Amino acid sequence: MIKKVKSIVITGNGTNCEMEMAHACRLAGSDEVDIVHISELLYGEKRLDAYHFLNLPGGFLDGDDLGGAKAAANRIIHAKVRNSGEKLHEQLVRFINAGKLILGVCNGFQLMVKLGLLPAFAGDYTTRNITLTFNDSGKFEDRWVHLKVNSNSPCVFTKGINGMYLPVRHGEGKIVLESESVLEKLQKNNQIVVQYSREDCKEAVMDYPQNPNGSVDAIAGICNETGRIFGLMPHPEAYLHYTNHPRWTRESLPEDGVGLFIFKNAINFIREEG
Amino acid sequence: MVYRIEVGFKDGIKDVLGEKTGKKIIEQLGIDVEKVRTVEVYTIDGNIAEEDLRKIAAGPLSDPVMQRYAINRSLADDFTWLIEVGFKPGVTDNVGKTASEAIGLFLGNNLKGGVSVYTSRQYVIRGKISKEDAEQIASGLLANELIQHYMIIDGREWNPSEGIQPYVPRVIIEDDAKTETINLNVSDEKLQEISNDRVLALTVEEMKVIRDYLTDESVLNERVKVNLDEKITDVELEALAQTWSEHCKHKIFNSIINYENEKGEKTVVDSLFNSYIKASTREIRESLGTDDWCLSVFVDNAGIIKFNNDYNLVFKVETHNSPSALDPYGGALTGIVGVNRDPFGTGKGSKLIFNTDVFCFASPFYSKPLPKRILHPRRIYEGVREGVEHGGNKSGIPTVNGCIVFDERYLGKPLVYCGTGGIMPARILGEFTHTKEIIPGDAIIMTGGRIGKDGIHGATFSSEELHEGSPVTAVQIGDPITQKKMTDFLLIARDRGLYRTITDNGAGGLSSSIGEMATLSGGCEFDLSKAPLKYAGLKPWEILISEAQERMSLAVDPEKVGEFLSLAGKMDVEATVLGTFTDSGKFHVLYGDRTVACLDMDFLHEGLPRMRLNAKWIPPRHEEPDFPEPEDMGLALKEMLSRLNICSKESVVRQYDHEVQGGSVIKPLVGATNDGPSDAAVIRPILESFEGVVIANGICPRYSDIDTYHMAACAVDEAVRNTVAVGGSLERMAGIDNFCWCDPVESEKTPDGQYKLAQLVRANQALYDYTKIYGVPCISGKDSMKNDYIIGDTKISIPPTLLFSTMGKMEDVRKAVTMDAKKAGDMVYVLGETYNELGGSEWFALNGYIGNNVPKVHALKAKKLYDALSKAIKKGLVASCHDCSDGGLGIALAETAFSGGFGITADLSLVPAKGIERNDYLLFSESQSRFVVTISPKSKDEFEEIMEGSIIRKVGSVTPGDTFTIIGIHGNIIVEENIDELKRVWQKPLNF
Repeated sequence: MIKKVKSIVITGNGTNCEMEMAHACRLAGSDEVDIVHISELLYGEKRLDAYHFLNLPGGFLDGDDLGGAKAAANRIIHAKVRNSGEKLHEQLVRFINAGKLILGVCNGFQLMVKLGLLPAFAGDYTTRNITLTFNDSGKFEDRWVHLKVNSNSPCVFTKGINGMYLPVRHGEGKIVLESESVLEKLQKNNQIVVQYSREDCKEAVMDYPQNPNGSVDAIAGICNETGRIFGLMPHPEAYLHYTNHPRWTRESLPEDGVGLFIFKNAINFIREEG
Repeated sequence: MVYRIEVGFKDGIKDVLGEKTGKKIIEQLGIDVEKVRTVEVYTIDGNIAEEDLRKIAAGPLSDPVMQRYAINRSLADDFTWLIEVGFKPGVTDNVGKTASEAIGLFLGNNLKGGVSVYTSRQYVIRGKISKEDAEQIASGLLANELIQHYMIIDGREWNPSEGIQPYVPRVIIEDDAKTETINLNVSDEKLQEISNDRVLALTVEEMKVIRDYLTDESVLNERVKVNLDEKITDVELEALAQTWSEHCKHKIFNSIINYENEKGEKTVVDSLFNSYIKASTREIRESLGTDDWCLSVFVDNAGIIKFNNDYNLVFKVETHNSPSALDPYGGALTGIVGVNRDPFGTGKGSKLIFNTDVFCFASPFYSKPLPKRILHPRRIYEGVREGVEHGGNKSGIPTVNGCIVFDERYLGKPLVYCGTGGIMPARILGEFTHTKEIIPGDAIIMTGGRIGKDGIHGATFSSEELHEGSPVTAVQIGDPITQKKMTDFLLIARDRGLYRTITDNGAGGLSSSIGEMATLSGGCEFDLSKAPLKYAGLKPWEILISEAQERMSLAVDPEKVGEFLSLAGKMDVEATVLGTFTDSGKFHVLYGDRTVACLDMDFLHEGLPRMRLNAKWIPPRHEEPDFPEPEDMGLALKEMLSRLNICSKESVVRQYDHEVQGGSVIKPLVGATNDGPSDAAVIRPILESFEGVVIANGICPRYSDIDTYHMAACAVDEAVRNTVAVGGSLERMAGIDNFCWCDPVESEKTPDGQYKLAQLVRANQALYDYTKIYGVPCISGKDSMKNDYIIGDTKISIPPTLLFSTMGKMEDVRKAVTMDAKKAGDMVYVLGETYNELGGSEWFALNGYIGNNVPKVHALKAKKLYDALSKAIKKGLVASCHDCSDGGLGIALAETAFSGGFGITADLSLVPAKGIERNDYLLFSESQSRFVVTISPKSKDEFEEIMEGSIIRKVGSVTPGDTFTIIGIHGNIIVEENIDELKRVWQKPLNF
């Protein structure tokens, strides 16, 4: 019997991109897609355990008031699920340890980083050694960027994708690392999944605006060591159909946007793993 | 105890905000700074153990990777000046609120009541800077003294071991729930004094009407029953002032006007609103018959039209001018989150799908001395931009369309138009969603934010000019996340049928929201003491009229109150039952068990006497321009491209998220390198469908200097042709009118009131004429009538400004087109005829003239052209289409070329024109209803066939190189420029 894939998209407290992220999951073939408000998790009405694929969409959790997704990470770490004695964070760790998939985009990526879910060296999902901070430009910007995809990465979401063109829409997307050795580890483990690049999607770039934020090593997104947890600043769910492309009226493009393949890879992976 | 936690960056981490601030100090203030660093300060008021304090600082308040912190000591060292900026008491501090919640969660107990957190920011500055300069940096750039407090510390006197004493902006007001009564049986002078002192904006006549009402015997008998008498309570007086304000009641638009035209012919206009705006909509709807797609017009917070059988669209545009003048950031932020609540509170409530914003400013490069209380236009520009950025982006609503208009007179008052569209299912649980109903006995519930002193007198304050005593409480800061949480909750409540009716709390606060809702049941009774407050000490009248943001009022079936409140609680949204809707005919307000207001609903809503005003139109006559045709037309074109009204607004556009929600189809920036100026936006609100919404706007205040009739006609035409340009059509397009005028009521302050009122009459006449012919009904609108500045001898009045915004339906978004040239070899057409119409044009303005030949709209011809063009685009025959607006044909051709990354060669002698003998006039005339279109040669025959009957002509072609060439009327090349150079000059002016 073919496995039914269940996806959850978390919303609430300032999340904005839940509709299109859920739409992407549906288009990609997820059999069930639930948009779940964080309060439903905290009240124990919904549990992460019931799902295979966790989506953390973009937005401004708590207004990003203490730094991108910082207050939200604090909430997930400390908040208890009602009538269960369990912390939400414990559910999350269980979800990860079960080998399930997590995708975080933009604010969702910030949340993963601030929780310590990424880069999670040696499976340590609590220690912080990278962060995301204000773009070098000092501005929030909405612009499309080219991305080089690391074909040696264990990331299950980017299999078979050679390069991508997606929008970034953020003010705090610059990756800063605790030390030089963190970069070495990331590189050695092929955890750097996508980098801002020139138009060819081959050469990583540090120049503004192709690199929109000044991220170290042009990092746009990273995964954990198993490749099942992936976070990135650009928005794959914003390019699902060719009419989303900024130049669709002048270029001949395939029906599906490249962002959709991220979700298809996820759903197919879950289905195939059984 | 009070603790200070300071958070700064570790060494080697770039301080982006510090660097940006340093740059602004140099560029905007001309003060040479060496370095600026920033430190975030959290002042915590409560009791926390030392160990916990350290954990809090290391945990939620700082980032371990890049930040360091200090507790009760200072991080700053080695500086010339230290400026710390924090909020004044009572000002919304969003970060402080989030920090306080985070600390509560972190410590594992709910400290909401126990710990207050106030945030401030330090700017640690190094450089050769005098004390005066430091003062100037603080007051001229970093802090707005209306809402912020700052301190300056001299580095030479700095004692690091002492650090900085905490400043706690706690609100301390004595609990004072007293209600005053006011005797209106006094002289006219005294009545005026009462109105002025309390910022009521009521006239003596209006005050007398209130006095007469109170002394009416039957009224008095009723009042005695609830322990009131012939004296009015402050609560009643304030409620009446809000309800009767120009802002809420549109007195001028509903007045009786004796209008005299230029021929001396006199007519009586019995309400501009009824005679022109509503009349056009009514007549259009009648002609549509059973195909009428308007569902709710002028009666609700926003207009509603049909999108398809399953969904309705909702649209509203508001202005937030007066608050933005005093505090650009807070004013604009509350402008956008405020207008969000309009479509959200329309019918049963709609999900918000797009924002638009249009700003009118004086030049950011203004270099003359500033009049008192006026902020520099650059500060207004950046503050407003940032306010809309935070309000729109954080709410997750794409900002898809807008524009910025510059004129020196907007120094007196900047205009900040914010619009929002929404979508709602046509039916929920079997019931229509576009109507409102309340049954007596329904509970009155307020939900969302709490009430504070912020925003008191917003409605009445904006009904006056900006003057010396303009109240600072009218200024407030919005909290998009509290609002987002509330809207998330209410959409679920809506879909579960948990409330009957919803409306927003905007101008006039509860007084207006509950007062207006109560007309549906016939009365209300509610208790102000139940309303949740931000801090103690508000008087009942303040609770009633506070415009504190992020609140909705609802009517809830008593049987569903429990479920409604528990869902709110679960989703961490405050909701409170304040009272009951009744059919008593009374607006009855209590504080505890004491009646503080009891007014007849009829009197509250219908008691306002109508104004009678005079208007006389004497057409102005301006000097006819006298300057030679420029010898270097290429240079002229470049000067035009770098005009503020023409140049690229990319830096602003990029800072707004225009793609969130995933339905972006035509973005504000288009073309080969995503930087060409799109004419209109197209979005797909339902991701499973290809049906789209087209959003456009038209605004041309410069033409008001000649004739507001044509100004309004051109605004309507501009919005319509922008829509058509991207592939929309006239089939289902709705309009919103937003009038921003200078005071048109003749008085000592406004001796030219009759002329200004005539300008208003004429604009309305045009609005009627053109919306009717185009079949574009207004479905909602707004007016802001007091956009003047009067302090001392200085009076600045804005040019009469009408923003016409449209929302249209597009059957299939895959047929949309953009304005950029697509392919070398394509043919370039000019659609529509060019006349000698440079009056009020950018070209005349550049040469120091206004002129008299204002562009006129030939609507019947235009409509025919639009219908044909829509058809051609739908058939896929058009490669690119760009409308001609500011700067005319020359600008449209250049933008088409450089946005597409191709050259264009065009011959002016082929352009369809009448009465023009000069190349510069042909290039820069602003005649309306024209387009530059490119088509593939293979589409030529079919295109020309469809366009038959309209004036169109092939004038040139798209060329493979990068040269933009214009051949003049006499056959010689008059412009030969590189497209990259043209783009560069167009992009440069506002690139900051």
